[in-house]
Amino acid sequence: VIAWLDANSLSMLNGVALAAVLFLIAVGLSLVFGTMDVLNLAHGAVSLTGAYIGVALLDRGTTIPLFVVAVLAAAAFGMVAGTLLAAMTSSVGDHLRQALLTLGVALIAGDVLREIFGADVESVSAPASLGGAVSVFGKPYPMYRLVIIGVSAVIAVLLYLVLERTRAGAIVRATVADRAMVEAIGVRTNLVLGGVFGAGAALAAVGGLLAAPILGAQPGLDDTILLLALVVVVVGGLGSLRGALVGALLVGQVQTLGVALLSDYASFLLFAAMAAVLLTRPRGLLPARTGAH
Amino acid sequence: MITGQAHAGDVEVTPMEHTPVNEPAEGAAPLRTADGVGNRPRHAVVARVAIGLAILVLASLPLFLAPYPIGLAGRILAFALLVVSVDLLTGVTGMPTLGQVAYFGTGAYAAGLVGIHLSASGVVQLLVGTAAAALLALVTGAVAVRTSGIVFLMVTLAIGELTHRVADSLTVVGASNGLAGIPAISVLPGGPPLQLAGLVYWWVLGVFLLGTAVAVLVVRSPLGRSMRGVRDGEKRLRALGQNTYPVKLTAYVVAGGLAGAAGTAWVAQTRFFSPGDLGFDVAAFALLSVVLGGAGTLWGPVLGAFVVILVRDWLSAYVDGKGALMLGVLFVVAVYTLPRGIAGARWRPRTGRATGAGS
Repeated sequence: VIAWLDANSLSMLNGVALAAVLFLIAVGLSLVFGTMDVLNLAHGAVSLTGAYIGVALLDRGTTIPLFVVAVLAAAAFGMVAGTLLAAMTSSVGDHLRQALLTLGVALIAGDVLREIFGADVESVSAPASLGGAVSVFGKPYPMYRLVIIGVSAVIAVLLYLVLERTRAGAIVRATVADRAMVEAIGVRTNLVLGGVFGAGAALAAVGGLLAAPILGAQPGLDDTILLLALVVVVVGGLGSLRGALVGALLVGQVQTLGVALLSDYASFLLFAAMAAVLLTRPRGLLPARTGAH
Repeated sequence: MITGQAHAGDVEVTPMEHTPVNEPAEGAAPLRTADGVGNRPRHAVVARVAIGLAILVLASLPLFLAPYPIGLAGRILAFALLVVSVDLLTGVTGMPTLGQVAYFGTGAYAAGLVGIHLSASGVVQLLVGTAAAALLALVTGAVAVRTSGIVFLMVTLAIGELTHRVADSLTVVGASNGLAGIPAISVLPGGPPLQLAGLVYWWVLGVFLLGTAVAVLVVRSPLGRSMRGVRDGEKRLRALGQNTYPVKLTAYVVAGGLAGAAGTAWVAQTRFFSPGDLGFDVAAFALLSVVLGGAGTLWGPVLGAFVVILVRDWLSAYVDGKGALMLGVLFVVAVYTLPRGIAGARWRPRTGRATGAGS
């Protein structure tokens, strides 16, 4: 076991790094579905735009302050995009028409991005001071990926605290449970829902930017991100914070460790795993109990 | 979803035919007026004339179109039959699916392999492709239809993507290069191969009409009633003692077979099939064609399919590869201007209603 762990520890760590990014992207998709009952297929496009913001701002050398500026810019963009999407989808009740609308937005966004940044693969460099390697389990490992894991863990804890321990979080959870009642006590639920949508999209854009030094940015990546995030969300359980975390960890491991161990079946693993989970636990591994937990 | 228990007591076994609540497109569906509650003879006559005219126009296309547009028209018809199969599940039975591409691809590959190795006969290819697709639908559907809503959507997405990846790595079907070198079909075994674009197109049109006719018959049959019953109130059906699983599985197999037939028609037209032809975007566009056209009516989604492929493949040639952009704009505009799809454009009912996706 020790030898096996030793041989595969880096694959597993890569899986955790991928899971960290996937969690940031998927949690917004999941919360928006949980609170607003909106299936947002433009989520991948928002995320890819975050990556392209990195391309635009970080094309010559990257320092940590500049990277932070890029992260803030991506978050601001995501906030605006999410609020707009919330306004657009608020009058569309049915999931299939939401899918039509948001996929339409995604197609437009994808074309605009291709128009601005071209069809080639663009790369984003990690901040220079994080570009080195550190020794993990006696092997060199890119420091940037460890930082991503750390940042994502901090955001996950913050999200949990906000949802569970603050008044704003309580209102969000209450909106999930009974929107009419929250409206009745004088809260504008439309604003709550717009805020959740904006925050979710901001996280997706930041996730896309953080992933850019690893995954790059190119047309078509939005579809890949969307599919992965959808898998994370349904495997974990729709509308659930912990579900998104568990789903992201599982998908991260399947995509790295699974692919390393069973390379012949690499391309089947993800969807086979998803089908297996859904057929045994149709509501996902950790479904929301009463709302956004 | 439906709290139908209160009603359940005073309705007999096939309650759906007189449940007015959730019958979208009542009267908006000429193909279905015969099964509707109120008979609308005038609409029925108008609809029959319109359908007759449409078929006449479609059949006469080869007389005045060049070979390339004829090929495009053939591909549109094959895609439209795929969309009809998606509608049978999504619109009629309330099970939104992204997985019909799996059976479309199975039919296409089966027909292509038969064409290369066994027989150039279109009839044989149609039968083999349809049977292979229906068989795969039976095996996969047996598990998939146990779920519903978004989970069903994601399970069918998994089925489609897994098939896509199998096709991408299986050397028998050309792996990622695609299956090429499929000979031109003949209608009967040993007959002369159809070389003229117009003749191939007529074959594809025939398959399309046959498949759509099967779909119409299914929708009008008792099975179709049960399918709409599953969509409008599965719990109520269950409460009445009807086992909905066989209904859903039968619908799934029929839709799989139709998608397979569509695949054989596609291959007859293009004589080439690659994994890209059953990718996620094809699955998404097929589902969106249904929504665009008006889920639950069969003719609306057919129009939706026409619009989607025309915009993506034909119009985009005139605007410098902006097909995706224009399709995106079309989708966004359609959501706001056509709340019930193309099919609901003229006979817009007063009350809106969330269709069966998710929930």
